[in-house]
Amino acid sequence: MLTKQRGPGGPAPSRYGNEETPVHVHGFLTEKLSLNLDKSVTTSATCGSSVTYGTSAPSESAVGEPGGCEGRRGLPRSLGWPPCSMTQSVVVQVGQCGNQIGCCFWDLALREHAAVNQKGIYDEAISSFFRNVDTRVVGDGGSISKGKICSLKARAVLIDMEEGVVNEILQGPLRDVFDTKQLITDISGSGNNWAVGHRVFGNLYQEQILEKLRKSAEHCDCLQCFFIIHSMGGGTGSGLGTFLLKVLEDEFPEVYRLVTSVYPSGEDDVITSPYNSILAMKELNEHADCVLPIDNQSLFDIISKIDLMVNSGKLGTTIKPKSLVTSSAGASKKRQEKPFDAMNNIVANLLLNLTSSARFEGSLNMDLNEISMNLVPFPQLHYLVSSLTPLYTLADVNIPPRRLDQMFSDAFSKHHQLIQADPKHNLYLACALMVRGNVQISDLRRNIERLKPSLQFVSWNQEGWKTSLCSVPPVGHSYSLLALANNTCVKPTFVELRERFMRLYKKKAHLHHYLQIEGMEESCFTEAVSSLSALIQEYNQLDATKSMPVEDLPRLSIAV
Amino acid sequence: MSIVTLQLGQCGNQIGFEVFDALFSDSHCPQRLCSKRENEAYQASCKERFFSEEENGVPIARAVLVDMEPKVINQTLLKAAQSGRWKYGQHSGFCQKQGSGNNWAYGYSVHGPRHEEPILNLIQKEAEKCDSLSGFFIIMSMAGGTGSGLGAFVTQNLQDQYSSSLKMNQIIWPYGTGEVIVQNYNSILTLSHLYRSSDALLVHENDAVHKICAKLMNIKHISFSDINQVLAHQLGSVFQPTYSAEGSFHYRRNPLGGFKDPALYTSWLAPDNAFNVWKTQRAFSKYEKSAALVSNSQFLVKPLDVIVGKAWNMFASKAYIHQYTKFGIEEEDFLDSFTLLEQVVASYRNL
Repeated sequence: MLTKQRGPGGPAPSRYGNEETPVHVHGFLTEKLSLNLDKSVTTSATCGSSVTYGTSAPSESAVGEPGGCEGRRGLPRSLGWPPCSMTQSVVVQVGQCGNQIGCCFWDLALREHAAVNQKGIYDEAISSFFRNVDTRVVGDGGSISKGKICSLKARAVLIDMEEGVVNEILQGPLRDVFDTKQLITDISGSGNNWAVGHRVFGNLYQEQILEKLRKSAEHCDCLQCFFIIHSMGGGTGSGLGTFLLKVLEDEFPEVYRLVTSVYPSGEDDVITSPYNSILAMKELNEHADCVLPIDNQSLFDIISKIDLMVNSGKLGTTIKPKSLVTSSAGASKKRQEKPFDAMNNIVANLLLNLTSSARFEGSLNMDLNEISMNLVPFPQLHYLVSSLTPLYTLADVNIPPRRLDQMFSDAFSKHHQLIQADPKHNLYLACALMVRGNVQISDLRRNIERLKPSLQFVSWNQEGWKTSLCSVPPVGHSYSLLALANNTCVKPTFVELRERFMRLYKKKAHLHHYLQIEGMEESCFTEAVSSLSALIQEYNQLDATKSMPVEDLPRLSIAV
Repeated sequence: MSIVTLQLGQCGNQIGFEVFDALFSDSHCPQRLCSKRENEAYQASCKERFFSEEENGVPIARAVLVDMEPKVINQTLLKAAQSGRWKYGQHSGFCQKQGSGNNWAYGYSVHGPRHEEPILNLIQKEAEKCDSLSGFFIIMSMAGGTGSGLGAFVTQNLQDQYSSSLKMNQIIWPYGTGEVIVQNYNSILTLSHLYRSSDALLVHENDAVHKICAKLMNIKHISFSDINQVLAHQLGSVFQPTYSAEGSFHYRRNPLGGFKDPALYTSWLAPDNAFNVWKTQRAFSKYEKSAALVSNSQFLVKPLDVIVGKAWNMFASKAYIHQYTKFGIEEEDFLDSFTLLEQVVASYRNL
């Protein structure tokens, strides 16, 4: 029997939702965001067009003010312009790790919208991840598309083959945010076996999964993207999570599948994590549009560094109490006790920043469909290395340009990456810089010029930069930067994974656990490792071009 | 003589707003430096060109706003309405939810045909409001998906439907060091299509305008807002009503007229026909004197050459092509575009 180690998420049973989690914060949030139901129902009826403040007077601060934190504004009724709604996304969190990260995400998302949306109006930005529901209505009819916020429900599907994590969530401070009908749980768990997750539970729950997904899609006006969060090393997240990808591709071919995958680190406790990861990789190769690989070691290193800086009392590195980076509480002492919360929060921040330009206004927007378009030059090469700054806040708000430039430098440093990789010494195929806050195009350009010389881009994409400027900064910061790189530096991660796999597979260690599952044969393994090898080969070929001089190809010659 | 402006995509809408704002400010500027009668004629002409009948004293821009996602249009409409000085028509906007994803093929092959009818209807309604339509002014960027792809599609349609009216496309040339990774693809596809259907392409390079902001205006932290305002100022002065052959008080010259003939000014053209000088006494906006130079020269050869070169390099590696073929733009279409543009470059070079 394989050890029932909890996967990369960690062993503590109270990883989320223990008594110390500040319920009062969530209470405040829910108060802020939802109003007395009677009041809200009457006032929403007086709103002529959707998304208004109920008056025709222009609001306090000008639209498009730099760093304006008011989020989307309503249009005066007199304009009578029927606004278009934006797109929505659905988060599917699978397995223990996926659900823990997912939970942090929803927590941070609520805080962000609470900070940005002062008036408690259900606007387009919120609707991208939340439904507005009148909880007095029984059944499905409770959705409210405009007016004041009644009760927010996350556009999420929670899947786990053990009950522990999901139950904690449902008993924790976020319990009201999740629609209990959007859960799929079992009790026995996948035993860290990809085959159990993928084939056994996949078959068993296929119908239910489809039903929940369809339901969540129906609740969306215009569904643009599925965010899948899972880990690669275990059984449920890895197996069932990737089974899901195929379902999504068949059922919703037009909707993006963006996968956040936590890869096992070298010292992973789960012995069979290489098997699970490689089997999952094949699915990611074939059915994901975009993958953001993360590894626990990097997250852990980041948190350790923050700890060090705080404890050493270094100047200018006091953690702001409202910062969403370190933990839900933001209080430093709690961090030590729940390191995984802090680590999961980083990933949650990644997702928030990734979607900020699609949700909020800015002078250069970047929608989710632009991620794939710009960063995936060839369908198989869709693995993006992410790095996030700031990971800790700076004490003062009016930061002179040097500090801003420091943010850009940090994004290209190894210490801010969410996966162990070295993009600076490898080859860039494409790079996206997603900036939030009061940052202008000139700041962006200046920094690109400054950093370019130290980076190597592939010959046919020498200026392979995609940029976006979102005016709304994250909570507790003046600005932030998310860099997404399609870089050959992911190759070592995959190579190492393959090596670990081969060490096990050569000895046929633990193989029987997989082969005893119906439909599993050795060919599944060999095909999976071939798929990975092919991918590695692509990266090799690109790397080979690194040392070649950049030459312009002969152009078409035209007879004039 | 009225112009209907079509603002496409984020860039088109953001700039369009600044243009109308600049035009409005100019026509209502107190410092006139000319006689009252002169000023009134000027104002009337300005208004007629770009604004239509007022509602409660607030002029309405002769514009159609199009975008495939709602944030920018909503913001633009709001900004105008909040200014209290002018606004956009109640039903002059068309938007969708999903955006074009920086994909020219999506803008051209999917959004174009899908939304052809409503968009052209909006344009027609606006055109019908004009006593005398001189033409269309289409503001779009080349780097993205909507402005570029949908812009090319709509311009083609206008060519068919309004063949006797002039179409001038204001295209924004993206920064050399990337805003959008596939901008070179989007640019060559846009240019090659517009070349066949537009009467004039007025080009503004982000890099050039950026330099103006930095060097001439000494702006420290240049924002897109700064850039757009400079652009709008330039465009405003280009569209400034000028005397027609009849002399003063007759601001009837077709604002788009001078561009009808996109022929190159070759050596066999008599020098005094090569320049069209349009004069007006009335000062533009806050300036005592201003001059706007619109030229058809070889200046564009280098940037065009650069873009074609980069696009060609990328095309040779087939990078990103699958994103275009997904929506019906095949390698052949790329090759056609390359061919056409190489011809343009060669023609300009051989002047």
